[in-house]
Amino acid sequence: MSSTYDCDVVVVGAGPGGSMAAKFAAEGGSKTIMIEKKAEIGAPLRCAEGVSKKWLAELGIKSDPSWIRADMAGAIIRSPSGITLQLDESKAGTEVGYVLERHIFDKRLAEEAVSAGSKIMMRTGCNGVIRDKDGKLIGIKAKSMGEDIEIYAKCVIAADGYESQVGRWAGIDTTLKMSDFDTCLQYRMTNIKFESNFCEFIIGSAAPGGYIWIFPKSNNTANVGIGIMASKCKMRADPKYHLDKFIANDPRFKNGQILEIVGGMVSTIPGLDSAIGDNIMLVGDAARIIDPITGGGIAHACRSGKYAGIVAADCLKKGDFSKKSLQAYEKMWRDRMEDKLYRNWMAKERFATLDDTTLDELITLIKNSDIKEVNVLNLLKTIKDKFPRVVEGFENLI
Amino acid sequence: MYEVFVMKVNYGKCLHCGGCVGSCPMNAIYLEDYILEFSDKCNKCGRCIKVCPVGALSEGN
Repeated sequence: MSSTYDCDVVVVGAGPGGSMAAKFAAEGGSKTIMIEKKAEIGAPLRCAEGVSKKWLAELGIKSDPSWIRADMAGAIIRSPSGITLQLDESKAGTEVGYVLERHIFDKRLAEEAVSAGSKIMMRTGCNGVIRDKDGKLIGIKAKSMGEDIEIYAKCVIAADGYESQVGRWAGIDTTLKMSDFDTCLQYRMTNIKFESNFCEFIIGSAAPGGYIWIFPKSNNTANVGIGIMASKCKMRADPKYHLDKFIANDPRFKNGQILEIVGGMVSTIPGLDSAIGDNIMLVGDAARIIDPITGGGIAHACRSGKYAGIVAADCLKKGDFSKKSLQAYEKMWRDRMEDKLYRNWMAKERFATLDDTTLDELITLIKNSDIKEVNVLNLLKTIKDKFPRVVEGFENLI
Repeated sequence: MYEVFVMKVNYGKCLHCGGCVGSCPMNAIYLEDYILEFSDKCNKCGRCIKVCPVGALSEGN
């Protein structure tokens, strides 16, 4: 007989999305349990750690030096032939910001969830869902410190990241097509040369369908990584092949040594068609709510997590966790994020088809234009003016 | 008779990133305590082999 637990809301996964969901569910009066499969929240790392700044205030997250590893002055976009577009602070706008220490940031959000009243069970991995005799979702099965347990809940919030298995066990299709995700590899490299106040993005055939990033952690250490569209993988270990090749050919990395190797994958669609079911909501990466161009998911996870937590608490008061009732969550995340997600998804789809020559032309074009504040939208506006065929078919979104 | 299909994992390479888990169209992979478990739902599509960032997976026998 396995141990059983009872609660109103069970949150699977203690990443940023899970912690925000747990915080707001608990704050709203729900008896909340958040489970985390791993032995440490925020580690091992599975992230490039770059975030913009604006959303932190929107979600009531106070910037704290303990988790801000580096404050960026701008971004550099490097074209296939090496033309660099440097976007300094006056132009960099909202898309650049901090490079985080995720192992501290994630724990801080988990602390907030606990302060709000949530419980956390570490080393507890969900491995299935529980349904009653009528087929209603009434909880999850998990292994906790090696022991099989059951957690009964009125609502499951699946924040289980890219794996997104909880949703699938509950009957929500989270499967991705090969063209809808990037496979990624990142090295934490030290003893390398780079602009330590700028996040650098290298586009083109160096990273088929994706990009290479250099996100500074200090003046000689950075997260150097690559994402490749899965459908463009030609052999085995394509990300490693392309990243190693890039590093070998760039003299800035000549004396570099690797401190950490991180693998991972990221979806590049504008969210699931439906991130809810009866008694279940999916948030963040699990719901495929990620910026399809940048692959940035922390802000999206925090936002969707917050909304799911608020809706869970509301539904508890109404005593109704049906899909119809949870539609409030679906509406909240779509109202706030869907337009931009959709626009960036269209742009990503188009950029993935451009050859190196066209990308060089594009970067040159943007370099010679007078964009005031640089963000994806303004870049697209410039492209729409000067290079309309690139945005053909979704001009009306720009 | 069933053809037995065993995925071979090179744990010397595997980064435990969970990428294969999330990419599997059959939801047939589970990562438990740094070990990948493949269920009989596996339809041998080979996607996990193709997308693993470090090439840790191969078809076994």
